[in-house]
Parts: sequence; structure tokens; C-alpha cells
Amino acid sequence: MSSTFETIAGIIASTSDIPIEQITPDSHVMKDLEIDSLAFLDITFEIDRRFGIEVPLDRWLEQVNDGSVKSEDYFVLRNLCAQIDNLRAAAAT
Amino acid sequence: MLLEKFQMLDRIDGFNPERSLLTASATVPKHSPVFEGHFPGHALMPGVLLLETMAQASGYLLMALDGFARMPFFANVKAANFRAFVLPGDELAIEAERDHAGSGFAVMSAQIRRGGQRVCDAQMTFRLVPFPAAALENHVRAEGQRLGFFGPAQAR
Repeated sequence: MSSTFETIAGIIASTSDIPIEQITPDSHVMKDLEIDSLAFLDITFEIDRRFGIEVPLDRWLEQVNDGSVKSEDYFVLRNLCAQIDNLRAAAAT
Repeated sequence: MLLEKFQMLDRIDGFNPERSLLTASATVPKHSPVFEGHFPGHALMPGVLLLETMAQASGYLLMALDGFARMPFFANVKAANFRAFVLPGDELAIEAERDHAGSGFAVMSAQIRRGGQRVCDAQMTFRLVPFPAAALENHVRAEGQRLGFFGPAQAR
């Protein structure tokens, strides 16, 4: 979890100019860090590339938009890291 | 090319789904109202229209890979380089390649060559969304047909 968080915080800091010390496991990507959907595409691309996965962003956004999942479940960094760890584990099997 | 209608590609020369690669051709028109302003006495193909040409080649590649099911919208451009002047009458070879297929987006690289010399290149990101209007989908499909999709070009 910690290394996933460090990697993702580094990606966010390098793609969005947000100081890395402002990025915490409790940060909401959109609400706290004010990352817009376009900037999040860059972040998703880097996550896909670094971890060798495909973040199912389309499905996540659809679930958030239809209210079946809270945005915090995907876009608070602690939860985002857990989702990515799950995707990495699934990709490794 | 019909610059006033943003019709930037003349034909698809090749489509390789295994390599996620498309090649296309276009000839810059010798006369266009665009050149009256860009520039008087020194007609040049505008860099933004070369970028649009690369974007259209990338877009048609993405649509072809996706069975024309979704519309790619230009979201981001990085590292666009315009390396040489492009002039009225120039014959251009455009190449687009998908570097990364994400969920609902794709990262592309494209370049344009003239007589074997690379004149511009760019990295671009596209969002892939359902067609927002039937008229747009019909237009894009008709353009795809004009360019050679839905025909022999797809197998090349």
C-alpha cells in the first residue's frame, strides 16, 4: 500500500504541479486536490503504464455518476491505491 | 484536403489493427482562402491544421479499431513539433499509431512526412465516448467510407 501510494503521489505531483507534501492517503483526487477529468486522464495513463494494468476508469465514472458507488470509494487516494493493488494482483494471476 | 471544411485526409492507404497503425495521404490544396491570411505573399499550411490532420488520422485509427462504435474527441496534445514549412501543393503522408489503450481514452502518436522527410509530429490523447448525435455518427461514417474504410483499405 505504501509503495503504491508513493508511486501514485509521485505521478500526481509530476503531472499536476501539486506539491507532493499536500498529497495524503486521505486526499480526494477531485475534491481536495482539484484535479479535473482531463488531468486525471494523464494520471491514469501513467498509472496504467507504471503498473501494467488498465484502470477501468470508464466503469468507475459510470458507477459514480449513476450513484451506485461513492466517488470516495475510487478517488480518495487510500481507496484508489487499494483498487490498484487489486488490479495488479488480478493481472499477476 | 478541403481546409475550409476541415476535411484533412484524402484517403486511407493502410490500416494494421495488429500494430494499431494507420497510414493516410493528403495533398495540400494549391488555393484556399486560408492562405489569404496565412500568410499574404507567403502561403504556408498552418501548424494547427497539420495538428488537426494528425488528429484526424489518429481519430480514424481509433474508430477503425473500435468498429466505429465511439467518437474520439481530442483531449490533449503534448510535444507537437513543426519541423519544416508545408506549402500549397505539397503531398503528405500521415502515420498514426496507438501508444496506449486506456479505459475510455487512448494515447496516440502521429507524424506527417513529405517526400520521406518528417515535417511534424505530436503525441495526443483522445477521449472515447458514445456518439453524441446521430448526424455526427452519420457524417463520420460517410467520411470513413470516402477515405476507404468499409472497403479494401481495411484489409491492408
